[in-house]
Amino acid sequence: MGEMDTLKKEADGLKTQIETARKAVNDTTMAAVASGVAAAPRIQLKNRKTLKGHLAKIYGLHWSADNRHMVSASQDGKLLIWDTYTGNKVYAVPLKSSWVMSCSMAPSGNLVASGGLDNMCTIVNIKAASPKTIRELDAHEGYLSHSRFLNDSEILTASGDTTCCLWDLETGKQKVVYKSHVGDCMCLAMSPDQNTFISGACDSSAKLWDIRDGGCKQTFIGHTSDINAIAFFPSGTAIITGSDDCTLKMYDLRADQEVNGYQDAALNAGVTSVSLSSSGRLVFAGYDNFNCNIWDSLKAEKVGVLSGHDNRVSCIGVPDDGLGICTGSWDSFLKIWN
Amino acid sequence: MARDMSDIDILKMELEQLKKEVSTPREPVSKTSKETMDWCEAASGTDLLITGVPDDKNPYKPEKGGCIIT
Repeated sequence: MGEMDTLKKEADGLKTQIETARKAVNDTTMAAVASGVAAAPRIQLKNRKTLKGHLAKIYGLHWSADNRHMVSASQDGKLLIWDTYTGNKVYAVPLKSSWVMSCSMAPSGNLVASGGLDNMCTIVNIKAASPKTIRELDAHEGYLSHSRFLNDSEILTASGDTTCCLWDLETGKQKVVYKSHVGDCMCLAMSPDQNTFISGACDSSAKLWDIRDGGCKQTFIGHTSDINAIAFFPSGTAIITGSDDCTLKMYDLRADQEVNGYQDAALNAGVTSVSLSSSGRLVFAGYDNFNCNIWDSLKAEKVGVLSGHDNRVSCIGVPDDGLGICTGSWDSFLKIWN
Repeated sequence: MARDMSDIDILKMELEQLKKEVSTPREPVSKTSKETMDWCEAASGTDLLITGVPDDKNPYKPEKGGCIIT
């Protein structure tokens, strides 16, 4: 008991020091700095396409680097790869476990990954004569909540076992394990320069990691519930998080603290997903209440809504060319807007 | 994983991390926010979800009239 108390006292002392250091540079907010900026125009995006084909809740989507194809995952036990320009399904990958929670596509377009309550990340080559599983990455001790490929031989995963991991796809083994969260890791996003990544967890914190050495460089606090969604601001200098506490926050990496908050007293639904437009000015956030709200990232004002889904918006994504946005829902449909 | 760790080991891990983070360099919010804002404003001009996509360049807009049979 004595040792715990001593350690706790030391930890509390350090937390106070860190808060003091943060306060010392907290001379304004992003919204105040942006007060002189012209308001973003009222954003009215039209639903251009509805992709129909899944038979159950959609849990994940990821655009291809070619800005045209996309992979989506549903608890109907399938990954579907779509040509979004035509609306056609190009490949269907049956999953061994239907309890899928996430999917991703490699920048090359050759590989897709999926995983969920099976605790595994399954890698499939979709360019083979017929889609072929080439790896089952199997060391996590909890569900797979998120994954992102660096390239055809490395992938990052986030897990309910509280760790994230970098895998070598040639060997199927873990290269780096990122340990520091004390709650389930729910989401991750890579920095534009691919040297670092961020993770959000059920311990209400977001963490910035060095991809290669596995070290946690910074921890961002302030949310009061699980962080379900996370994204890098395209400049690489800030991050946006979305939480079950019904708010989103912008944290600045160089000021090491929250600089903007996106919330509304009327909103009492958790944030499930987040994606940014190509300049970062627009933040698209999917909520439990079936809508997707559009926020002005600088002024922290709501500037639009995407409504059309009949159930929770579980995933969102903007392709690299910024030409549109796709929402995926528990209503089994994907919708493309611009 | 944090699941298998005893309370005291978790506390030790958190303490190690806090010791590292105490010395994180921190720049004034006014400076860093301005830089992020300037970057964003410069990029907004080509942000298609703000400026809108002209019909002839929009791959999701259906072609005018008729349908294509392939």
